[in-house]
Amino acid sequence: MLELFSTFNYAVIIILMMLGLYVVFAARNLIKKLVGLSVFQTSVFLFYISIGKVSGGQPPILVDSHKTEDGHASVESVQVAAAGDSAVQHSLHHAPEVLYSNPLPHVLILTAIVVGVATLAIGLALTVRIREVYGSIEEDEIDRIDYQYNLEGVAK
Amino acid sequence: MNPHSILRVVSKFLIPFIAVFAFYVQFHGDFGPGGGFQAGVILAASVILYALIFGLDAAKKAVPPSWVRIGMMIGVLLYGGTGVATWMLGGEFLNYGVFTPDHPSHGQHYGILLVELGVLFAVASVMLAIFYAFGSRQAELSDEDW
Amino acid sequence: MDLLSLFPSWFLSHGAALIVVLPLLAGGIMAVVPRERMAWIITFIVMLICTVGAFGLLLSVMSQGAISYHMGGWAPPHGIAYVVDALSAPVLLLISAMALICLFYAWPSVKAEVEPKKRAPFYGAFLICAAGLLGMVVTGDAFNVFVFLEVSSISTYVLVGMGASRDRRALRAAYNYLILGSIGATFFVIGIGFMYMETGTLNMADMATILDGRDGGSRVAQVGFAFIVIGLGLKLAMFPLHMWLPEAYAHSPSFVTVFLASTATKAALYLMLRFAFTVFDLSFDYVVSIMTNLVLLVAVAGMIFASLQAIFLTDVRRILAFSSIAQVGYMLLGVSLVTVSGITASYIHLINHAIIKGGLFLAVGAIWYRFGITRVEDFRGLSKTMPLTMSAFTISALSLIGVPLTAGFVSKLQLAVAVWEKGYGWGVAVILISSILALIYMGRILRVAYFDEPPVINGEVVAKNEAPLMMLIPMWTLAILSIVIGINADWVVEAATRAAELLIPVQIIKGGL
Repeated sequence: MLELFSTFNYAVIIILMMLGLYVVFAARNLIKKLVGLSVFQTSVFLFYISIGKVSGGQPPILVDSHKTEDGHASVESVQVAAAGDSAVQHSLHHAPEVLYSNPLPHVLILTAIVVGVATLAIGLALTVRIREVYGSIEEDEIDRIDYQYNLEGVAK
Repeated sequence: MNPHSILRVVSKFLIPFIAVFAFYVQFHGDFGPGGGFQAGVILAASVILYALIFGLDAAKKAVPPSWVRIGMMIGVLLYGGTGVATWMLGGEFLNYGVFTPDHPSHGQHYGILLVELGVLFAVASVMLAIFYAFGSRQAELSDEDW
Repeated sequence: MDLLSLFPSWFLSHGAALIVVLPLLAGGIMAVVPRERMAWIITFIVMLICTVGAFGLLLSVMSQGAISYHMGGWAPPHGIAYVVDALSAPVLLLISAMALICLFYAWPSVKAEVEPKKRAPFYGAFLICAAGLLGMVVTGDAFNVFVFLEVSSISTYVLVGMGASRDRRALRAAYNYLILGSIGATFFVIGIGFMYMETGTLNMADMATILDGRDGGSRVAQVGFAFIVIGLGLKLAMFPLHMWLPEAYAHSPSFVTVFLASTATKAALYLMLRFAFTVFDLSFDYVVSIMTNLVLLVAVAGMIFASLQAIFLTDVRRILAFSSIAQVGYMLLGVSLVTVSGITASYIHLINHAIIKGGLFLAVGAIWYRFGITRVEDFRGLSKTMPLTMSAFTISALSLIGVPLTAGFVSKLQLAVAVWEKGYGWGVAVILISSILALIYMGRILRVAYFDEPPVINGEVVAKNEAPLMMLIPMWTLAILSIVIGINADWVVEAATRAAELLIPVQIIKGGL
C-alpha cells in the first residue's frame, strides 16, 4: 500500500487511461467519444514524461555556461542513453556537476501530441460531415437513420 | 456604443505581439522549450483570433486561402528539401553535418534552423487551413446575434 | 544476367530512405497541383521509382545481405536506422508494386467515385499513405514505427471518408475506423513506452540484444509485449478486434479498398513478426505462451467465425472483407506455430493473399463502375455481360478457395504441412473446414454469375458492357500472377523461407518438431 504513494503518478496515469477508454466505449455522442480518445492519449503523454524523469535531475535544457566559444551549442556530446528513474544515471561529458532529466521522452511526446492533434482534427471534420448528412451526432439516431437507408438499399 | 469595441481594441493591440511571440518561440527553440510546432500553432492562433473578432471574411482578406495552401507545400518542401540537399552533398538523408564539412556543429545549427522554419510554415498553414475549412461551412452569425 | 548492376550505386545506397521520402514530398506538393491528370502522372512516376527502388533493394538483400541506413548520419542506437533485410524487402516490393498496379485502375475509378475538386488531394493522401506503409516496414526504430503507423492510418481514415460522395455510410465507417485505429496505435505506443523503460533504447536491434542479456526482462517487458501484440492486432484485424474492417472496405472508394486490402494488414503482420521474433525472442517463455495460447485461439476463431459470417451476407464487398479477416486468421495461425515452416507459410500467404484479394476487389470495383451493383443477386449473368472481368474474378476466387494450380493452394498446403508437423491434427481439419466455407461463399457468387441469365431491364436483356482497359490490365495482371505462383512458387517460397530463417535461427527452434 505504501508503494502506491511513491508511485502515485502511475496510478493517475492508469486512472486517466481507463477513464478515457470507458468514455470512448460508453459515450453515444460522437464528440464525446473524441474527447475520451483525447483523454486516453493524454494519459500516454503523462506516462512517457514520468519515465523520463531522473531523480535529482534538472529539466533537459543546456545550462548557459556550457556554450562553446564559437557561439554554437556543442551538440555532439549530448548523448543521453539512460532510461527512467531506475536505470543508471549518466551525465554529460562537459558538465559533470549538472544532472539532466532524459530529454528523449519529451521529444517522443511532442511527436505523439502532433499525431493526436491531427487525429482529432480529422475526427472533428468527419463529425461535421456526419452532422451535415444525417442531421445529428448521436449514435443511436444515426443508427436509426442508417437502418432505414440500409433497408432501402437492400430492397432496391 | 459598439458592444464589441473592447474586444476589438484589445485584440488589435495584442495580435502583433502574439505573432512576434510566435517568432520568439521559434528561434528560442535552440536554447529552451520551443521550436517549429509550438511557434506554428501560436502564429495560427493570432490569425484565428483576428478571424474570431473581425469575421472570417476579413481574415481571409488578410491571409488568403491560396497563401495557406502554398504555405503547406513550402513547409513540407523546406524540410524535405533540406534532406534532399544533404543527399546532393553526399551524406545520408538529413545529415546536416555535410553543410559545413569542417565544422559539423555549424552545419547542424543551420540545418536545424531550416527544418524548424519548414515546420513553422507547415504547421501554421495547416492550422489555418483547418480553421478556414471548418469556419466556411456555417453561415456567420451577424454581430447583433451574439 | 546481373540485374543488380543496372542500378546506380547511389540509388541502392540511399534507396531505403528514397522510397519513403519521395512519396512524402510528392504528397505535400499535391496541395497545389490544380488538375487531376497532373496529380495522377506525378503519383504514377513516384510509385514507379519506388517500385524500381524496392526491387533493387530486394535484389541487393538477396545477394549481399541486410542493408542498414543511418538516418542523419547518426549511428544506431542513438540514431534512427532503416533496415532492409530478408523479412522487409519482399514486403516493400509488395506494397509499392500493388500501389503501382492499382494506379492504372485509379485512372477511371477515381473519376467515377470522387468529386472533381477533391481528386488531386485524394492522390496526395494516397501518396502519404503509401509513404507511411513503406516507412513502417523499412524502419528499424520502434518509435519511428509508431510515427509511420499513424501517418498511414490517418491518411487511410481520410481516404475511406472520401467514399462519402458515393455512399454516405463511408463517413461513419471512417469515424469508427478512426476511433478504433487510434486506440490500437495508442496501445502500441504504450507498449513501446514500457519497452523503453525496460531497455533504455528505441532501436529494435539494440532492444533485442538488451532483452537477450536480461533473459526476457522483467514483468515490464511482458506487459510491453502484451500491449504491442494487442495494438498491432487491432491494425491487423485479428479476430475480436476486426469490427472496423468490413465497414471500411465496403464503403470506401474501390481504389482505396484494393490498396488497403493488399497492403495495410500485411504491413501490420510484418510488424507483428518483427516484434514477436526479432525484438522479443522465442527463448522467452511468455512469448511462446502468448503465441500458442492466445494468438492460436484467436486465429482459429477468426478463420471459422469470419467465414461463417461471410456466408450470410448479401453485399459482395462485405463478403470479401470478412474473407480478408478469415485469411488474416490463416496468417496468424502460421505465426502462432512458432516454427520455421509455420512462419514460412504465413509469409507466403501474406504475399499470395495480397495478390488474390487485390484481384477480387479490382473485379468487384470494375463491376460497380459499369453497372453500379454490389449485391450478390445483382451479379446474375455477369459471365455474359462482362466476360473478361468475371473470368479474372473467377481465377482469383478459385485461388482464394485454394484450388490446385493457384497461389492460394500453395500457401494453404504449406500451412497444412506446418500445422501437421507441429502435431495439431485438428488444425488441418480447421483449414479444410474454412476452405469449404470459402467455397460456399465464393461459390454462391460464381453460381449466380455463371448459371443465371442477365437481368431484363425495361424489357431488354442487359447488353455486354466490358470494363475499361485501364481496369482490365491490373485485374488480369494479378490473376495471371496468381496462376504463375500456383504453377511455380519457387521464388516466393524461397523468399519466405529466408525471411522465416532470419526470424528463427535454426539452432534455437523450440522443441516439438
